Amino acid sequence: MVQPTEKRGAKGAHAYTPGLKIKRVEVVNKERFLPIEGEVLVNVGDEVAFDTVVARTEIPGDAAFLHISEILGVDPCDVEEFMLKKVGDSFEKGELLAKCVAFWGLIKKYVHAPFSGHVENISGLSGQVIIRENDIPLEIDSYVKGEVKEVIPKKGAVIETTAAFVQGIFGIGGENNGEIAVAVSSPDEILTEDKIRPDHKGKIILGGSLVTGEAYLEAIKVGAKGIVVGGMGVEELIAILGEDIGVAITGEEKIGITVIITEGFGELPMAQRTFDLVSSMEGRMSSINGATQIRAGVLRPELIIPYDDPDIVEEYSEEFSDGMRRGSVLRVIRKPYFGEITRVTDLPVELQKVETGSMVRVVEVKLRDGRIVIVPRANVEIIEE
Amino acid sequence: MGEDSRFILVTDVGSTTTKARFFTKKGTEWRYVVSGEAPTTVEKPYEDVTKGVLNAVREIEELIGHRLISENNDSILQPYDGEKGVDLYCTTSSAGGGLQMMVGGVVKDITAASANRAVLGAGAIVMDILTMDDGRRFHEKISRIKNLRPDMILIAGGTDGGTVKHVANMAEIFYAAKPRPRLGEGYRLPIIYAGNVNVRDHIKELFEDEFALIVIDNIRPTLNQEKIEHARHAVHELFMDHVMSHAPGYLKLMKWTDIEIMPTPAGEGIAMQLLADGYNANVLGVGLGGATTNVYSIFDGRFVRSVSANLGMSYSISNVCKETGIDNIIRWLPFEKDIGDLQCEIKNKMIRPTTIPQTLDDLIIEHAVAREALRLGLEHHKTIATRLKGITVERTVGDLLAQELEDTYIDLMNFDIICGTGGLLSHAPKRVQSLLILTDAFQPEGIMRIFQDSVFMMPHLGVLSTVDDKVAWQIFEKDCLISLGTVIAPRGRLKEGAEVMDMKLDMPDGTVREEGFSFGEITKIPLGIHEEAHAEIHPKRGMDLGMGPGKTVNATVHGGVVGLVIDSRGRPLMLPEDSIQRKAKLMEWFVALSMYE
Repeated sequence: MVQPTEKRGAKGAHAYTPGLKIKRVEVVNKERFLPIEGEVLVNVGDEVAFDTVVARTEIPGDAAFLHISEILGVDPCDVEEFMLKKVGDSFEKGELLAKCVAFWGLIKKYVHAPFSGHVENISGLSGQVIIRENDIPLEIDSYVKGEVKEVIPKKGAVIETTAAFVQGIFGIGGENNGEIAVAVSSPDEILTEDKIRPDHKGKIILGGSLVTGEAYLEAIKVGAKGIVVGGMGVEELIAILGEDIGVAITGEEKIGITVIITEGFGELPMAQRTFDLVSSMEGRMSSINGATQIRAGVLRPELIIPYDDPDIVEEYSEEFSDGMRRGSVLRVIRKPYFGEITRVTDLPVELQKVETGSMVRVVEVKLRDGRIVIVPRANVEIIEE
Repeated sequence: MGEDSRFILVTDVGSTTTKARFFTKKGTEWRYVVSGEAPTTVEKPYEDVTKGVLNAVREIEELIGHRLISENNDSILQPYDGEKGVDLYCTTSSAGGGLQMMVGGVVKDITAASANRAVLGAGAIVMDILTMDDGRRFHEKISRIKNLRPDMILIAGGTDGGTVKHVANMAEIFYAAKPRPRLGEGYRLPIIYAGNVNVRDHIKELFEDEFALIVIDNIRPTLNQEKIEHARHAVHELFMDHVMSHAPGYLKLMKWTDIEIMPTPAGEGIAMQLLADGYNANVLGVGLGGATTNVYSIFDGRFVRSVSANLGMSYSISNVCKETGIDNIIRWLPFEKDIGDLQCEIKNKMIRPTTIPQTLDDLIIEHAVAREALRLGLEHHKTIATRLKGITVERTVGDLLAQELEDTYIDLMNFDIICGTGGLLSHAPKRVQSLLILTDAFQPEGIMRIFQDSVFMMPHLGVLSTVDDKVAWQIFEKDCLISLGTVIAPRGRLKEGAEVMDMKLDMPDGTVREEGFSFGEITKIPLGIHEEAHAEIHPKRGMDLGMGPGKTVNATVHGGVVGLVIDSRGRPLMLPEDSIQRKAKLMEWFVALSMYE
């Protein structure tokens, strides 16, 4: 199979297999928009911190249905008559909304307000009453430290930052901020419970090849904001989420922490390059988001570590490499060499037979132990050097 | 097609892989020549399906030395000028991936439940169900819609003449969210409204300008009625017309093609219909893709298609596992496998969907998942292919409580042919693997011919047949349709080792084979492609080959690349409960058919 290529080259001379973005310097633009229209609080050119409020609005309070006719035991058409509050009236939590007294006071039924709000609708057809909570203020923060590049009136702003940027392969949990804290000494070290310390509170912890379930729970216990690690067991994932996932659409889990795995499921050493990059940023504030969507229009989880010095942007390099060549460094992303960082020794044009019996296009690579093996081209990712 | 036409290029832009097929006229006959494949470039950093098309076509160029792509690398050369280019280029597409929907209703257990049933019946993944009583605040609902970016929304709620305000509220939440489409700008998100008729005007006012709105009959016109057929049809239609056609780069691709781009399942469906017409047979077909499983039945001339958007071998592989349960995957493995490792491997395929098995164990695991995807796909199909199809189905509240499904007319005993297509089946290293996967999943009964798409070109030939059905049929019969053989499988169960049937086979070389078969075994008898044999089969008491239990059957049976497969494992097929016995049994079957040797 020919991999996506940007150029027309000699027969099979090179191919391009997209990998995850691991950039020491990247200009990142983040859209920070309100879910409904509101007020934008920043201007183009403003410097923003991680927690600067960018825009604000008020969301209509949640509505609740009260089955007044059922509760009071009256006909729907008579509900209005038993309501003590009419449409538009405000009330406080616990206040009496409706009552029915029958049989000379022998039967008394009351309906109290479950929250503070107002009456929105009384239906003589269904006997239901809609009450709505007071408006709720909603604010969107900047998420990343940087400069306001664009303002969309009533919606929000685009924040630009120059940062180290790491894309994970899969994540859970939403946006968070915290300082990078390195908890392991090498990318193949497992992040175990004993490596989580009290001073990891508020931090984003860098682990190695795996985060154990116990370590995950301990990280939540100490108040860590995030974990970035090579791999994670599926059983742990199910335990954390309370259910298995069918399609990879994540980011809204309320799990108290954000987790990004950089390599895949199982015990997989983090790519040295990723580990070196993140560990070199120890102590720096960063932004993390586990939101993942694996389907057409893919969305990968991210770790953004903004720089203080804006001049560093000059080091910015192009994202695309020009493809796979002899000497290119690849990461194998499937058994039997899953996780191996290899170097291309040959790119045969002819299809070759693999153990399954399939004839496929392969790349010949040199493993860390010196062995030269073939791997289907579909099973490698380029690591940009 | 003109008489002097010489070359045809057809592509299918799949959710994972773009497959190019090249055809040429040899003498007076059109034949398949070669394939080129490349990853579909729907995702970042490309977001342009034409790049994947060019890569796939470039592979063909490299293999045959025939120039097909323009100098500027920006189009397919047309027409053939005596040296380069093709006379016809057309394509199918399913690059939109699975159909992911959100459902909105008023009350979780009433309208939303009906809407959910309709959406599931149409083969969508239900990302979330939002109702007025789901306990979430308005802004949480809005954020949820925005974050999930559904492909399509179904809003229901209220009986006709019932609540207006709540339905309007729910619609306003979707309107306020203005979900951003995941596939390309300018895409009008399809919204189906199937609620209270009295809210229709308000719905139109809200959605008509910015969304692709379809208003259909209320799925719950009264509390005692559920009418979901219209909603199912609307979902199917919109999936074809909107979702799949909005992969990035699609508009550019449209300019390259000679005819309209056809959705992959539509192309596949036409090809299945060609097969049914060509053999005058009842056909059960399946396209097992990366994101979806499409099942087709052509029974007594009635064509029904189901799209299980949540069942597939790459993007949706983890969902197959979730739906069927890990134990149902493991039951097809003849070796010990740690559950945690297996779950990790399946999820790793989900997050890196374009990878392929390199080891035999890995292949066997994918085949195990494929069996379950196909089995679930057929189950789903049965809920759509019902006896009451075409008539408004009414469920009473009593039916709803009982959760009874409509009777399906899909009875495997009444079908003549099973045909499989899709990457996993077409690219299985050995044809016998496809045969057993299809047999284990669908459990054919009686005497069933099994066909397979040779190199995955049924969608290609489906779309080609809309230009010239004779050309398409020539290629279809000669190069696409591979007869795997015939499976003879009696319905019923006996004790392990008990006699199931005796068979007398008059072979094409004049010899006569007389054999008896025991319960629990599967046997292969060589009978080549285009060869036929006459079979006289005497099933034992309790076993049925279509004429009734214990009744003799006389039939002409057709050969194939695998031959005749005598499946005496019983129907329904049941695997031993004991793990050691089960693995031994699987190994016995695999060895008997030379599956992985």
